[in-house]
Amino acid sequence: MSLIADVADRRLPVGSIGHHATGWWAMLSGIVTEAALFGYLLFSYYYVAVQQHTGSWPPELPSLYLALPNTIVLLVSSGAIWFGERGARRGNITEELFGIAAAIVLGIIFVTVQFFEWHNKAFSIQSSAYGSLYFTVTGFHMAHVIIGILILLSIFIWSWRGYFGPHRHSYVSIGTIYWHFIDVVWLAVFFTFYITPYLTGRS
Amino acid sequence: MTEIEYDRVPDVAEGGPGSELATRLRRFWEGRPGLYGWLATVDHKTLGIRYIVTAFAFLALGGIEALIMRIQLAQPNEHVLSPEQYNQLFTMHGITMILWYALPILTGFSVYLQPLLLGCRDMALPRLNAFTYWVFLFSGIFLYASFLIGAAPDAGWFNYVPLASIEHDSGPNIDFYALANIFLGISTTLGGINFIVTILRFRAPGMSINRLPIMSWGTLTISVASVLSIPAVSVAFFLLWMDRHFGTHFFDPATGGQPLLWQHLFWLWGHPWVYIIVLPALSMVSQALPVCCRRPLVGYSLVALATVLTMVLGFGVWLHHMFATGLPTMALAFFSAVSIIIAIPSAVSLFAWLATIWTGRPDFSTSFDFFAGFIIVFVIGGVSGFMTASVPVDWQLTDTYFVVAHIHYVLIGWNLFAVLGALYHWFPKMSGRMLNETLGKISFWFVFVGFNVGFFPMHITGLLGMPRRVYTYSADMGWGTLNLISSIGAFVLAIGLLITLVNVIRSLRVGVLAGPNPWDADTLEWATSSPPPPYNFAVIPTVASRSPLWEARLGEARSSTPERGFALDHGKETLGTTMLDAVPDVIVKMPEDSLAPLLLSLALAALFTTMMVEAWFWLIASVVAILVITMAWLWPRRSLGEIEGSTT
Repeated sequence: MSLIADVADRRLPVGSIGHHATGWWAMLSGIVTEAALFGYLLFSYYYVAVQQHTGSWPPELPSLYLALPNTIVLLVSSGAIWFGERGARRGNITEELFGIAAAIVLGIIFVTVQFFEWHNKAFSIQSSAYGSLYFTVTGFHMAHVIIGILILLSIFIWSWRGYFGPHRHSYVSIGTIYWHFIDVVWLAVFFTFYITPYLTGRS
Repeated sequence: MTEIEYDRVPDVAEGGPGSELATRLRRFWEGRPGLYGWLATVDHKTLGIRYIVTAFAFLALGGIEALIMRIQLAQPNEHVLSPEQYNQLFTMHGITMILWYALPILTGFSVYLQPLLLGCRDMALPRLNAFTYWVFLFSGIFLYASFLIGAAPDAGWFNYVPLASIEHDSGPNIDFYALANIFLGISTTLGGINFIVTILRFRAPGMSINRLPIMSWGTLTISVASVLSIPAVSVAFFLLWMDRHFGTHFFDPATGGQPLLWQHLFWLWGHPWVYIIVLPALSMVSQALPVCCRRPLVGYSLVALATVLTMVLGFGVWLHHMFATGLPTMALAFFSAVSIIIAIPSAVSLFAWLATIWTGRPDFSTSFDFFAGFIIVFVIGGVSGFMTASVPVDWQLTDTYFVVAHIHYVLIGWNLFAVLGALYHWFPKMSGRMLNETLGKISFWFVFVGFNVGFFPMHITGLLGMPRRVYTYSADMGWGTLNLISSIGAFVLAIGLLITLVNVIRSLRVGVLAGPNPWDADTLEWATSSPPPPYNFAVIPTVASRSPLWEARLGEARSSTPERGFALDHGKETLGTTMLDAVPDVIVKMPEDSLAPLLLSLALAALFTTMMVEAWFWLIASVVAILVITMAWLWPRRSLGEIEGSTT
């Protein structure tokens, strides 16, 4: 008997639809490689940290004054983009635009606060290996946030033009999962640079 | 048609060459002629052949560098090259072969063959496929531009700090390598993503994961490994570039940095990479050798599992490149053990090949000869690797010619022999013409004899204590005769490769026409014409076994239908299927030819050039260009079914 009989006569979605979209799968793979990238960066930090035999690591206990609220800002932005994507799925363009815009604004706030955070540091990227690691790893994350904001801006423009709706919103889903990823990575970076020094008791 | 189409029941049709369906598909799939079509093509067959030709060009460059070095080393106290020139040549030889030949050649075969093996009409992301090719080409040109200003990389392909730090290597040499490596990494990573999505989502209906062609197992495995490991080397080179130009201290122990961090990051990528550049070659042997032996591969499941297991273990052995750096004994013992254990999955594949030959009826074609030669070399390279996995042996042999012999047995033996066999096997599919068997056999014997004469003596040279990477040696060391033999072997090997090149050029003009299936092989790529039409298959084939074209003779209960299936002729379309069971899941709209991939890779080349010459204004301009082109590329399109209210 012919196998084709088993699969014929079934309705199949056409084109770029939700999690059937090729781009969705490509983005998931892309997130894996990006996660590996941050894994190697954080490996570098921990490796250099445990190899310290003299001097202080880190040079000062990191202040949570700006970093902790800023972390919460980024987490809230994840909620905002979730709301926007849900709007897209339901065909509610107002919710869609509001959610994406809110995530963009919160992302910009995060970047701005992070610049102040950098500015307040007593050390620079050139002063020690710790400074090099701190600014490079948080810089890599900042670059990803900025790329994420550009992605969300594009999606906002396209949504504004009415491109997406209940059937076709894979772009929104793809941008959303990337934004969630950037937030999760920040938690790893935040834990590494801001929390572990308190746990190890070194100062 | 103007009605909005979000889903439909695909038509089932029978389609052969010359049918009305085939004519209609050709109209959708054939690219435009002329310069535009040439620059904008996204056809995986064109791109695959470009990959193969470009990678062979890099093989020729790396080969010429090797031959010049073999002239220098043929006798003691030669002065063909200065020490500085020798440093640049051995570094460029290593980089070229390992990064710009070894994987791209396998990528080329995979880009050409995977959609055909899987029964779909193109790679999952056709424009990305074009992009990764251009990036590969431009990154190679970027690297070789270093020769033009006489400042090629000169610290060896693994580029250890502090030798590669700005204090000890202040010219632009290392920067060329650092930036070219990151540049190429973009191509390799995105290419890996493309293969993952293609193999997991674009298989013919019925090709469940346990029916995946064994060659696809190799490509899938190494694509996952690429995606996971390449960031390590990109990070390493980026940190080095920062240390060299922006005053950071990652590798500088004076301010808390750690030189060994370089070695960790490099080998965290470097050892998986060794498997990345051989596993697809091994899997090509597993795919084509059974055809030469007129039977299915023995132990398909074991070979597939061994491929995956080798790769997994390959992530846990990087420290064996660092046995001599003063690591704790516990770490040495662990990594030594894993390095030895990795022999087990390799042996599984080996015995599967031997059993396939033993129980089959070998046709003794040129492909078979190369595969048989491959198996012999595979064992020798494996045994010398097994030896150096032992810590005391490694301490004795590290940085000697023994290691040079080992790496060449692994990389030439496991990669080049398999690639040449694959070339003789699949050239008829790609060109429609057979390669000449007589020239092929002559080429094989030159390559096989030349290779072993060239590289086997290096084991002994190494045991006699000759260090690698010395530009000459004095006569009283007693290494002259062995080196002369190695040099002669290298030239014989080169002649063998030239004979195959002549064979290819000759066969393109006067080769015997191949027909769809000259080897009477079993997988889907042989179900379509040679060369295949732009749309690959007039109907999406349906698959019921691992050997769809051999079912009658193997007495399979169900039968695949390569000639009857979904027509998908409402435009440029192919079928997406589910990840494990390959049940039809979505009708995918495929993109037209586009200049965006070429333009984006040119903008990236501009970005890396501005980083090289530190022209910050132009760097910003390049970034803006990259953003604009990316936005244009990704702009949602009705024709791809990306916009609500799409029409067909």
